[in-house]
Amino acid sequence: MNIATTSGPFTHGYNTVQKTMITVLLALAPATLFNFYLFGLPSILLFAVTVGSCLAIEAGCMALAGKPAKTALSDYSATLTGWLLAMSLPPWAPWWIGLLGALFAIALAKHAFGGLGQNVFNPAMVGRTAMLVSFPVVMTAWIMPHPLFSSGSPGLAEAIAITFGGHMPDTVSAASALGYIKTELSRGIPVTQSMAKVPDLMDMVLGYRAGSLGETSAIFILAGGLFLMSKRIISWHIPLSLMGSLFVMAALFHAVDPAHYASGIFHLMSGATFLGAFFIATDYVTSPVSKKGQIVFGIGCGLLTWLIRNFAGYPEGMAFAVLLMNGLTPIIDQYTRPRAFGRDSKGEPLPLGKP
Amino acid sequence: MKLYPIRGGIHPEYRKELTSKKTIVALPLPLALYIPLQQHIGAPAEVLVKAGDLVKKGQMIARSQGVVSSPQHATTSGRITAVTQVAAPHPSGLPQTTVVLEPDGKDEWADLPEPFADPFSADAHAIHERVAQSGIVGMGGAAFPSAVKLNLGTQKKLEILLLNGAECEPYLTCDDRVMREYPNEIIDGARIMAHALGTPRVIIAIEQNKPQAIEIMTKAASAFAEIKVIGVPVQYPMGSERHLVQAITGRETPARKLTADLGVVVHNVSTARAVHHAVRFGRPLVARVVTVSGRAIREPKNILTPIGARIADLVEFCGGFAQRPESVVNGGPMMGQPLASLDAPVVKGTSGILALTAEEINNRPTNSCIRCGSCVTICPCGLSPLDMAAYIRKDNLEGAAKLGVMDCFSCGSCSYVCPSHIPLVHYFNYAKGMLKDLENELRKNDRVKNLAEVRVIRIEKANEAKKTALAARKPAPATTAPPSNTGETKAAPPTPEEKADA
Ligand code: SF4
Ligand code: SF4
Repeated sequence: MNIATTSGPFTHGYNTVQKTMITVLLALAPATLFNFYLFGLPSILLFAVTVGSCLAIEAGCMALAGKPAKTALSDYSATLTGWLLAMSLPPWAPWWIGLLGALFAIALAKHAFGGLGQNVFNPAMVGRTAMLVSFPVVMTAWIMPHPLFSSGSPGLAEAIAITFGGHMPDTVSAASALGYIKTELSRGIPVTQSMAKVPDLMDMVLGYRAGSLGETSAIFILAGGLFLMSKRIISWHIPLSLMGSLFVMAALFHAVDPAHYASGIFHLMSGATFLGAFFIATDYVTSPVSKKGQIVFGIGCGLLTWLIRNFAGYPEGMAFAVLLMNGLTPIIDQYTRPRAFGRDSKGEPLPLGKP
Repeated sequence: MKLYPIRGGIHPEYRKELTSKKTIVALPLPLALYIPLQQHIGAPAEVLVKAGDLVKKGQMIARSQGVVSSPQHATTSGRITAVTQVAAPHPSGLPQTTVVLEPDGKDEWADLPEPFADPFSADAHAIHERVAQSGIVGMGGAAFPSAVKLNLGTQKKLEILLLNGAECEPYLTCDDRVMREYPNEIIDGARIMAHALGTPRVIIAIEQNKPQAIEIMTKAASAFAEIKVIGVPVQYPMGSERHLVQAITGRETPARKLTADLGVVVHNVSTARAVHHAVRFGRPLVARVVTVSGRAIREPKNILTPIGARIADLVEFCGGFAQRPESVVNGGPMMGQPLASLDAPVVKGTSGILALTAEEINNRPTNSCIRCGSCVTICPCGLSPLDMAAYIRKDNLEGAAKLGVMDCFSCGSCSYVCPSHIPLVHYFNYAKGMLKDLENELRKNDRVKNLAEVRVIRIEKANEAKKTALAARKPAPATTAPPSNTGETKAAPPTPEEKADA
């Protein structure tokens, strides 16, 4: 009889990378499907192109590295990257945005750093920001929802023309709420006034607003996030600290100067706040590993998002904020290691003595 | 009583139902028993018998050598057929000196030491001596000589004797069964130990997944006000000494200190029962209960086994293998060691023999670390397994040591939860082994250096003495310290000589 002589333990949990990724995809599904409904066929086409490109590029990178492509694809990490990238693009953006974004995300942000687990920056956000910086007009061509089966929803031919032919109908474009109040502010119109024209709170919660392909529906994203928490894939630390710090900053400034600063609730409900807090900032590879570190990271993301939205050239700040904090993650990790049992935070043995 | 939280930990599948309802049954005497001279932490015992000798059950066949050591006894009556090299129950399978005993089938006891009529009026020293002579070692798996631990009362002020009945390892139910079937023996042993230690209180901690044991032990303890039975949360590794002490007292044992420094001494429940046998009947430790389990075993059982029975004998007694096991493990699945051979004998620290199928072990191919942080969250020692593993992979052992790899007690929790199935514990065991070797190497160098220093000092001292003697010719002040080799001065900082001996 052959008895293996490996070291313990001789029992293992049932969690796998693959299962984790699939659970995240499942959690994303409701928000994605709802937004497919809102933004119609072009958004489905763009989604397919983006995810497909990510998978193809992943396979290509693995082949270049001489590794079997099948194992890499079977962990679903490239699918997830593609999915998140698609969710952060304008829903009627042309196909090449999806393809180029995928190239940046998978080839540059992931494989140039050494592949799964080695990348410092969130691949999907690298893809998105690279597109935003390079093609600012296309990347801010928002539209108001045109729900499937409604009269305004493009048919298949029109959808193909939009996604693959670059025929963006002029009439449908709209500004995102964050973009709108920013432009208005630059024209001297106070936030208090421009707020009257943004979608009301109920529409923002549900997702009836202009925005990226998958980011608009706070309620469905929240449901997905809570599902992930119940499955213990993510914990509350990053989402809560991120949204908490963003809310507190916004509310404070809004209380002091409502003419210049939108309210806390508005900041929570607009842009990619929910998507970012639950699905992007919580990316395992690029966020800190300890709970303490995750809180620091979340607060950093929240503050930076608010700063960028208010003071930088871009109305949407989440992607940049997350990337900046990704860069700080190694340092945060180093300074937020848990205290070892029986030792103080410097690693010296605890003193003896009464508690 | 209020309990305190412990950090991290996991909830593995316990699979205790395979044996938890199995009453303890005795193993029929095998054809031969293989009693190794070293079954404990410390120096091996020195053999007292040779081939051809006739021995009786309980007769000492090897005596302890030094303070941290333990004697061995014949586990039945019969004839010594050899003193030879036999594979040890250790992953290496390396042979070690072992006494081979052929039972005569009579199972006749030797003349045993006098039982203590009233152990509670006996001198603590007499009890230490009896426990030491009875070859009792920690039966939870660590196999540290119990008498040494019972002696702590002479050096430190102790408050609590904590009996560990947590049995947090999956599969194992031997302590559970012993508590359910022999509660009064455990309680009596505990009271004797508390007397020897000088602790006013006894706490018996049992994980809440053993409600019958808790109930039975509580009933047995109810006559004694100083004894308390406490159900502790089911959370691996609750049975780790330091963590159990924290759960009970809320206090964290500082690194490089003992729980005894906090006034708490921890002993296993089965050890208490062995003390009862030794003190009340003069019987040394010659048998123990072993859980034989796992889905590859046809009929899992709790077996009362004479020390020295081959593991193969136990497996056969359980009807052999129902299917080919992927691994056979000595101990629990979390911290147990793989066995290289079924010919190795059961020793005093053997709590379980598990024949596990591939599905039970559920080992999968390793992926890259996705930095999910699970290992950091669950490490009961507050370490960062992923970072330590990253250093070790790059052969940066110093980096791993700085992150505290030597504090890791290989509980296995991190490997258990890792979604990428990285063999983290394997890395840490490797690093700890290498670092220990390195330290020994340094110590050797130190020793040489120290010896040289000692020589220089001695020469200087001699010169000085000569000088003073020459210069003054009057009575020199007593500069030499009183002789300090009585063994009582362990607390004092080691002199260079002592350090050189270490
Ligand atoms: S094996 Fe070591 S590093 Fe892993 S969880 Fe246990 S103590 Fe922590
Ligand atoms: S549990 Fe495994 S995958 Fe997760 S951080 Fe630790 S080593 Fe990496």
